[in-house]
Amino acid sequence: MSKDIRITKGLDIRLVGESDKALTNAPRSRTFSIKPSDFHLITPKMVVKEGAKIQAGDEIWFSKNQEKIRFVSPVSGILTEIKRGAKRVITDLVITADSEDYYRDFGKLDVTSANAETIKNRLLEGGCWFFIKQRPYDVVANPSHTPKAIFISAYASGPLVADYDFTLNGKESQLQAAVTALSKLTDGKVHIGVGVDSGSPMSNLKDVVIHKISGPHPAGNVGTLINKIDPINKGETVWTITPQDLVIIGELLLTGKYNSERIVALSGSSLKSPKYYKTKIGAEVSTMVYDSGLNEENVRVISGGILSGKKVAKDGHLGFYDNTISVIPEGDDYEFFGWTKPEFNKISLTRALTFSWLTPNKKYTLNTNTNGEHRAFVQTGLYEQVFPLDIYPLQILKACMVEDLDGMEQLGMYEVAPEDFALTEFVCISKQPHQDIIRKGLDVMYKEIG
Amino acid sequence: MSLKNKLHDLKMKYKGTKMAPAFNALHTFLYMPNDVTHSGTHVKAADDLKRTMNTVILALVPCLIFGIFNAGYQHYAAIDQTLRLDPLGNFFTWENLTLGAWTVLPLVIVSYVVGLGVEFVFATIKGHEVEEGYLVTGMLVPLIIPIDTPIWMLVIAVIFGVILGKEVFGGTGMNILNPALTIRAFLFFAYPTWMSGDKVWVHGAVERDALISAGSNLDAISGETILGTYAQNQEPIYSVMDMFYGFIPGSVGETSTILILLGGLFLLYTKVASWRIMLSAILGALTMGLLFNGVVDAGWIKEGSNFFGLMSVPFWEHLIIGGLAFGIVYMATDPVTGSQTNKGKWYYGFFIGFISVMIRVFNPAYPEGVFLAILLMNVFAPTIDHYVIQGNIKKRMKRIKIKTA
Repeated sequence: MSKDIRITKGLDIRLVGESDKALTNAPRSRTFSIKPSDFHLITPKMVVKEGAKIQAGDEIWFSKNQEKIRFVSPVSGILTEIKRGAKRVITDLVITADSEDYYRDFGKLDVTSANAETIKNRLLEGGCWFFIKQRPYDVVANPSHTPKAIFISAYASGPLVADYDFTLNGKESQLQAAVTALSKLTDGKVHIGVGVDSGSPMSNLKDVVIHKISGPHPAGNVGTLINKIDPINKGETVWTITPQDLVIIGELLLTGKYNSERIVALSGSSLKSPKYYKTKIGAEVSTMVYDSGLNEENVRVISGGILSGKKVAKDGHLGFYDNTISVIPEGDDYEFFGWTKPEFNKISLTRALTFSWLTPNKKYTLNTNTNGEHRAFVQTGLYEQVFPLDIYPLQILKACMVEDLDGMEQLGMYEVAPEDFALTEFVCISKQPHQDIIRKGLDVMYKEIG
Repeated sequence: MSLKNKLHDLKMKYKGTKMAPAFNALHTFLYMPNDVTHSGTHVKAADDLKRTMNTVILALVPCLIFGIFNAGYQHYAAIDQTLRLDPLGNFFTWENLTLGAWTVLPLVIVSYVVGLGVEFVFATIKGHEVEEGYLVTGMLVPLIIPIDTPIWMLVIAVIFGVILGKEVFGGTGMNILNPALTIRAFLFFAYPTWMSGDKVWVHGAVERDALISAGSNLDAISGETILGTYAQNQEPIYSVMDMFYGFIPGSVGETSTILILLGGLFLLYTKVASWRIMLSAILGALTMGLLFNGVVDAGWIKEGSNFFGLMSVPFWEHLIIGGLAFGIVYMATDPVTGSQTNKGKWYYGFFIGFISVMIRVFNPAYPEGVFLAILLMNVFAPTIDHYVIQGNIKKRMKRIKIKTA
């Protein structure tokens, strides 16, 4: 029973620097890094000590609150450093990699005959549980819950992000194994969204419901998919997972190996030759950025898309969930009369002496300047133009800012994740940090309501 | 060393000091700051609050220029009635411009200097940036007051309006009432004789009255607004085209419907103001006007009644007389004090138009109700939004009920 979903509210941000559809093997990264901050609200408890020799798939730490959730090494090598921050919180685990990976063997699993408990245990011990996130709260899923449905979006509508149709090419068997396994963990269905005209490798999978999606970004956000198909009510849980992670799960089930391979889109206007790289979770971004070459020196490297990714240093590492590295120019310069002069080279939703509406198909080179200062909320009606969910964006943001728990609950906080507010943040005239506000709101709710 | 670098060094020097807000306020007008994103979206759209406010000011400039000429024109036309035979020919003259500039520009300057002064003081005390809200308010205020409003009154009103209308709530974005209208309301209730009657709308009329009573041998001049004339059950001397172009007495910038219309279209085209509010306010005014016309047609009201004159104004004429058009385009659309939901904007705008015309007709002492109607709806805007949002909340509750049933 497939359902076509058409989004009208949204905004396609067209940028220079899209990756060429050519796959290169990234040079082997010398070190790999795991940042526990990628897993929101999870506190790691170490299993191995500094200097330990580990294989890919060997357990490194587990979650303090949910001991069954185990984190395994993405590569084989030596755990050289455990970096700690304030209050001895672990900020970074550095693994110096072997030149070639040796894998721990978890053994094959026949997904068609296996029951839910076996599959769940395999995912937990095989380090794959971290790929499954839950809503409400947009955190790693609680394994003791049974979700009402599982949602996967294979339609990457955001600016300069990896195209799933390209990166998933040839991975049909892994994807099938993973969705068959996941379909046993839910009472409901596994819903997959694919682009309406795409030849997505996901469109022919079995044991799932395929939805064809069209429209501007955020049509491909999993939050949009949930809201249009089966919105989350109080007391319900859904799980979400990205297609790239399904491949890793599928491989674990089919071969017994935890193979953290990622096909990463290196994109952005600062790069000489933006293209796709094959690498592994936690690799050094420099292996790819310098292989491609930079057009300029003053750049920002982002692990993830430009709308919701994290800023990393030039010698930083690929984040756990990311399949895109964006490199764009920094905007740390003043602009003479920038607030009033006619603007042809920036994107705008209005026409207040901004002319991006004249050239809807032009590709822009945007930098990291905020284009103005942080202010209280003033303008209204703009967010609604780019926000397709049946939720009042301004009001829910304000409820989060004043920590009004009842208001947040009533306005639909169980349904949202920070990334759903990326576009409203992009167009915000008051330059408010929407995603941050929503994340903090979710944290307050998680703490108070659970 | 370039100006840019020098200013940057100064900014760094003042960082964290009491001087910072004042310096940054001026600096950011010259250069858009070098702030970069840290988390969340790494790129941002082009618009900021300065650009938005600037767009509104651009839309107000034609009204200001027209108001300057009109100040002179109304003065000379009150002395020499023959000028009114050819308003277009006698309007854009050097005398009108100089007299108008001499009377209007002090109002503009005082409004900005005093209002921004209060803003700077508050920003310095509270240590936040100077926000742009007053840029529009400061331009609106001189356009919605009578031409001969004494400067000291304006000073007191602006200080009152900015502090009690805005700063006590937390500054731009936090206020409940439109600050420009708060200032207007203060003037109206504190100094009613200066805000209504047939003397205040023409430059020099009050002054000349004083001279006459002191014994000078001069003709009195006066200029009744059209609403005032209707309120006395008389027919105005101005043609419909005069009203549309704005060659009529009234507050400084509110008279020219055609320029307000152009300004409104500019605001809609730039997507800065809400078309929902403007359209629904016009519909509301027309509805109330039609109702009153119906009452007159049905013969329910006698010709001698106080309300007969204003009730029998053709329903569409309400839009081109008084401050209704100005209020709808520039004041009702203020996003901070207006309704914040798209559905709520329809109700909010409609009632502004509706109540404006109602107050106009039922208040013969001061036959203009736009500012009161907008202030009233400012107060009710959160209530309207509350019920709109309740609709969304109920839908969400219903979803659970269907599931559990």
